[in-house]
Amino acid sequence: MLSDESQSEITNLKKTVLHATHVESNAKMVPFGGWDMPVQYADGIIAEVRAVRNSAGMFDVSHMGRLEFEGSGAESFLGTILSANMPIIKVGRGKYNFICNATGGIIDDAMVYRVGDEKFLLVINAGNVGDDMDWINPHLRGSSGFTMNVTTNDTAMIAVQGPEAVRIIDSLTGDEASKIRRFRIGEAEVNGIPATLARTGYTGEDGFEIVVAADQGVKLWSTLRDAGVIECGLGARDVLRLEAGLPLHGNDLSTDTNPFEAGFGRFAYFEAPGCISGLALKQLAEQEQKRALVGFKMIGRGIPRAGLNILESGVSDPNDSNVIGNVTSGTHSPTVDGGIGMGYVEQKYSATGTHIVIDVRGRLVEAEIVEMPFYKRG
Amino acid sequence: MYPDDLKYSKEHEWVRMNGNVAEVGVTVFAQESLGDVVYVDLPESGTEVGQFAKFGEIESVKAVSDLFSPVGGKIVEVNPEATDRPEVVNEEPYGSGWLIKVELSDMAQLDGLMDAASYEATLE
Repeated sequence: MLSDESQSEITNLKKTVLHATHVESNAKMVPFGGWDMPVQYADGIIAEVRAVRNSAGMFDVSHMGRLEFEGSGAESFLGTILSANMPIIKVGRGKYNFICNATGGIIDDAMVYRVGDEKFLLVINAGNVGDDMDWINPHLRGSSGFTMNVTTNDTAMIAVQGPEAVRIIDSLTGDEASKIRRFRIGEAEVNGIPATLARTGYTGEDGFEIVVAADQGVKLWSTLRDAGVIECGLGARDVLRLEAGLPLHGNDLSTDTNPFEAGFGRFAYFEAPGCISGLALKQLAEQEQKRALVGFKMIGRGIPRAGLNILESGVSDPNDSNVIGNVTSGTHSPTVDGGIGMGYVEQKYSATGTHIVIDVRGRLVEAEIVEMPFYKRG
Repeated sequence: MYPDDLKYSKEHEWVRMNGNVAEVGVTVFAQESLGDVVYVDLPESGTEVGQFAKFGEIESVKAVSDLFSPVGGKIVEVNPEATDRPEVVNEEPYGSGWLIKVELSDMAQLDGLMDAASYEATLE
C-alpha cells in the first residue's frame, strides 16, 4: 500500500550539518530540494504542529540558500533582479519579495534583509537555488561595485517558532533577542554562540530564524532542545505555513504564475531602475487577472491534495462537469481540524463564501472559499 | 510487532481468519511509515472485492495511499471507528484499528500470503 519515497536510495543528496543529529533523534529522512531532510521526528507531524502552536518548535532550515551581497553597487543590483524597493529597506530590516523573470513569472520567492549600509542577505528556497543562480549569474556580468558570496555551506540556519519562542531565545541572549522587532534582523550571542537573528518565519507564529557558523549548528540545536524547544520536520512546516496562508514556491507559485493572480501584488515592486521584470510586472499589475489564488475549507469528508481539480458546485458527474481550477496545496489541518487547501480558480468563482467541489480522485467533495489565513495567532 | 496468528501481504496489510471470514488491517510497519492517519475511506458493507484489489484509501497528514485487500470476497463488515477516529489505526493496528471483514470466496487465496517471519524478512 505504500510508495515510500524515504526508502528509495538516493546517494547524491546533500546533508546539512545537523543531519547526524536528526538521525540520532530518529527523524524520518526524505529527499527535499536536493537535500536529505527530516520530514518528522518520533512523535509525528500532528504533535509537532501542536508544539509550534502551543509552545515552541524548531526546524533545520540550513538547506535554504543564503547569499550575501556587499558593496556600493549591491542595492541597485538587487533592485534589478528582485521585486523589492531596496532603498526604503533600512539597516536591520527584511522584506518578502519575488524573483521574477522578464515575463513576470515567479522564479522564486525570497526574503531580503539589509544587514549593513551596503550589505544584504538574500534567503532563497533550497530547491530553487539552481534556477535562481541561472537567473542571477548572467546579470552579474556587467554589474560592478559589489561582491556576491553564497554562504549556505558556511552557515547553519535554525527557525524557532511558537508563542514561547521569543521568551526562550530572550533567556538565551540576555534579553537581546526581543529588542529585534518583527521583520527585523540583528546580532546577538545565543548561549555564547555568535548569531544573526531574523524575527521572521514560515509558520504564522512569532519567532526567529537564527544563522550561525556551520560548526556551531549542532551546539545551537542542542542548546535549544535543552531549553525545551521541540524538534520539528518539514511535514509540520508545510502544515503550519498552509494554516498561516503562506504560499510554497513549486506548489502555489511558479514561473507559470504571477504575483498579482497569487494575491501578493503588494510584494511585487516594479519601479526600481533597471528592474528586469519591471515592465512585465507593470503590465500585469494593470491587467485584470483571469484567475486567483484562493484558500478553501472542506465541508464534506476528504483531504485536498495538490493537483486535484476544482469543479463548479452543484455538479454530480466529474466527467461532464466544469473544471474551474486546480488545487496547489492541501492537507489535513490539526489546528482547524479539517481539510484545508489553496488553489487557483477562475476569477468569477474566487469570492469568499463561494462553494466549490474538489474532485478527490473521483469522489466529489464540497468545499467553501474562505479568507486566509486559516489560522491567526492570538 | 508482527503477530504469529496473522497472515500478511507484501502491500503491508494483514488478515486474521475466523472461519471463512478474514479481518483485514494494516501492519505496524504501514502505520509507522504513514505517520499520523487522519482519514480512512472504506467501501460499503456488501461490496465485492478481489484479492489484492484496491478497497479504499488511507491518508496521513502528508500523503494518500491505496488500501489493497489481501483476500477476495464479499465485504461483510466495515469498522466505523476507523473512519470516525482514524488515529485508531496508529494506536491499535491489529486490534480496534481493523478496517474490513471479508467472507472469502476461496480459502486457497491464503496460500498467496506470508506468515509473520516471511513478512518481517521483506522489511529488511
